[in-house]
Amino acid sequence: MPRNPQLNANGELQHLLSIEGLPREIITQILDTAEPFAGVTEREVKKVPLLRGKSVFNLFFEASTRTRTTFEIAAKRLSADVINLNVAVSSQSKGESLLDTVANLSAMQADVFVVRHGSSGAPYLIARHVKAHEHVINAGDGRHAHPTQGLLDLYTIRHYKKDFTRLTVAIVGDVLHSRVARSLIHGLTTLGAPEVRVIGPQTLLPAGVEALGVRVFHDMRAGLKDCDVVVMLRLQNERMNGPLLPSAQEFFKHYGLTADKLALARPDAIVMHPGPMNRGVEIDSPVADGPHSVILPQVTFGIAVRMAVMSIVAGN
Amino acid sequence: MTSKLPDAEALLSKLVAQLKPQVTPATAMIGLHTGGAWLAERLHSMLRLKDPIGLMDIAFYRDDYSKQGLKHDPKRTRIPFEVEGRDLLLVDDVLYTGRTVRAAMNELFDYGRPKSIALVVLADRGGRQLPICAQHCGAEVEVPEGMRLRLKRAENGKLSLELERAA
Amino acid sequence: MRLLIQGGRVVDPASGRDAVGDVFVADGKISADNGKADQVIDAKGLVVAPGLIDLSARLREPGYEYKATLESEMDAAVAGGVTSLACPPDTDPPLDEPGLVDMLRRRAKALTRARVYPVGALTVKLAGERLTEMAELAEAGCVAFSQANVPITDTQVLWRAMQYAATFGYPLWLRAEDRWLAGDGVAHDGEIATRLGLPGIPPFAETIALGSALQLVRATGTRVHFCRLSTAVAVEMIRAAKKEGLPVSCDVGIHHVHLSELDLGYYDAHCRFEPPLRSQRDSEALAAGLADGTIDCAVSDHTPVDEDQKQLPFAEAEPGATGLELLLPLALKWGALRKLPLATTLARVTSDAARILGVTSGRIAPGAPADLVLFDPEQHWRVVPGALKSQGKNTPFLGYELAGRVHTTIVAGSVVFQSPRGQR
Repeated sequence: MPRNPQLNANGELQHLLSIEGLPREIITQILDTAEPFAGVTEREVKKVPLLRGKSVFNLFFEASTRTRTTFEIAAKRLSADVINLNVAVSSQSKGESLLDTVANLSAMQADVFVVRHGSSGAPYLIARHVKAHEHVINAGDGRHAHPTQGLLDLYTIRHYKKDFTRLTVAIVGDVLHSRVARSLIHGLTTLGAPEVRVIGPQTLLPAGVEALGVRVFHDMRAGLKDCDVVVMLRLQNERMNGPLLPSAQEFFKHYGLTADKLALARPDAIVMHPGPMNRGVEIDSPVADGPHSVILPQVTFGIAVRMAVMSIVAGN
Repeated sequence: MTSKLPDAEALLSKLVAQLKPQVTPATAMIGLHTGGAWLAERLHSMLRLKDPIGLMDIAFYRDDYSKQGLKHDPKRTRIPFEVEGRDLLLVDDVLYTGRTVRAAMNELFDYGRPKSIALVVLADRGGRQLPICAQHCGAEVEVPEGMRLRLKRAENGKLSLELERAA
Repeated sequence: MRLLIQGGRVVDPASGRDAVGDVFVADGKISADNGKADQVIDAKGLVVAPGLIDLSARLREPGYEYKATLESEMDAAVAGGVTSLACPPDTDPPLDEPGLVDMLRRRAKALTRARVYPVGALTVKLAGERLTEMAELAEAGCVAFSQANVPITDTQVLWRAMQYAATFGYPLWLRAEDRWLAGDGVAHDGEIATRLGLPGIPPFAETIALGSALQLVRATGTRVHFCRLSTAVAVEMIRAAKKEGLPVSCDVGIHHVHLSELDLGYYDAHCRFEPPLRSQRDSEALAAGLADGTIDCAVSDHTPVDEDQKQLPFAEAEPGATGLELLLPLALKWGALRKLPLATTLARVTSDAARILGVTSGRIAPGAPADLVLFDPEQHWRVVPGALKSQGKNTPFLGYELAGRVHTTIVAGSVVFQSPRGQR
């Protein structure tokens, strides 16, 4: 196996491609660094000059307004120049290859590439081909990883629960297709969460998922019992009526988060969701807007976490 | 070596005596992590300043980011008072090149426009690379080549100056 | 031309012979006569074996000349000691017309390198709907019929195709895969695919299709050679089928006995194969099955892919690896790991493959075609693009050092390849 492509020769973070394979110290460093950045976003002048003169290229091969916007805000708060490229890619298109696109942008003095791509592994390919001073941040690749989301989820959990080593965390929904779930699972196991559960029907759980270090539940009520953190995953429309699931309604009945199901978790349990929510499918409105929900703070923390990631890699 | 260094506690008392006549109810104080923050906490309580103390980390304003990357474990800057129009005392432990103070002033101006900033340091070791000076200084200290002057805080809170090898 | 190949370690897997000796060639055949020779080849320190017979090598003609040409790939074949090869029908257009087959054979013959045996398309355009004119194609030179990597989904069509082939006694070479179960999978459905976030192909995509096909063999009596086994369960199923006496055989891609899903690493597209590299248990079962003969032979499944098509995210990369020049060293490596006698190792790429192909080469016996390879089993070489004659430089073994270098390749009694070092 070649050297961990995320770390440079000094063991420092060169690229952020996946939470899997990140040493615990680096994950902690990112979370610790996000803390003061959260302070920056709370004051009137929300900028710091750290990345002034540096260019951040948002290379989004998969459309996404939310994630792209948070990366843009984060980069601008670091005083970086931000260029957005929405590269529509169809599987049939014989347009410019991925590496040619990156090479052209390299020639325009890029410092950081924030990449979202529909194919798992695309950011690794890019990272293998960028210059030494260029950094790649994975904003989501296929169903493989969404490390900044995983990190902001970890930051959120740490903010409300402090100690990972005492937590029972449940991740509910379409784990099979979820890069968010995979990233969070790796983060939680690395930071020592003793019990990580995945809850969903067999059709939505990937082969060998236990090998990631999780306990599998098909019964949501059993799975939520005594949980400290409940993470609801988004169910995409195309999954809802087909060989994987018969309908959104049946899914909601058995795997949707409602107050009565949530009551089985700990009284001070927090509810998280990477967004955007499908109200009435994964989660009902009273819970989404209720006292256990930390869904909106997640978004705020997301900016601070992304600022932390960018400033750490861009300085290495 | 250490016998040549002045006693930090004594310098602290000297600064308090210097500052007391200058302090008004409008005076606010900001200490720079980490040594400046310790010093500021002591000064703040001894001067009985009205507004709570501000603590600042200049990690995001340093001028050496491109070379050194982001400093490890930056602390959160908290300034629990309005900076606009205030007379501020900026406190640091050791004044050397002046770059830390430059960064601190840049950061401060992102919070608002103060009326004045006066720099308070425990020790000035010379070697300025920027046109910065301290309005209140405990003592001038000569530091040998390759060494660094640091403020240390014992468990009982006692402050002392020490020399250590520069990284 | 009378040839004397002198003093080599002559290994003839078909007879079990493994001893230092001489081999005589006359009129393009192995000869018993040891009279005066026109040319003497010094084979001291080398192994003299039948030329390798590779049941799957893509020559990329017609249609894919931008990936590789007949010339370059035939050069690669003989540089790898391969004297006979069968090429799958997935050219562009597919080999579903006698004219195309005829042209390919003529072109190959004119190059006077290895012997080329085209495998014809089983259905028109490989679309799995209409049968091809198998009799016409056989007359044009097709040795068997196949769907390459495009399995037939309509089982009625598969059944009728088997019946039709059985009518004429034609063998079918099929890769067992259920298209629906394979879905959009690109890797073995297991822990690695889950970690890497790659869509997976469950093992039962192969075994369910294999089970159905075996039932059809039972019903039709068609001779079927199953290509590119990838699962341990499939090996078991073939073992049982052979024991039952069904007319089946099978092969494995030489990469699959060495590599597993673990080799994907950080999305190495050189490890993208059809069928995928599976678990270590599967790989071990394939290696063992090849050793005990349940798997009849190993093939290179040579597939030159231009680098652009590999420098893509894993799921988008084109599957396949270059293999003609690696078949021998990789077979030797497998044999050494399993501590097999050299004759057994070589059988899996010579005499056993010859049996499936239905040709008389693949052995060193008087009257057999003089297709021979002289190689040094101890000579190490580094797998780098410059060392490969094929236009396909895509292999997971790039940068590796392998043992087994071909010095001389002889087809029909003529020397068709001589390595620069081979000139003694």
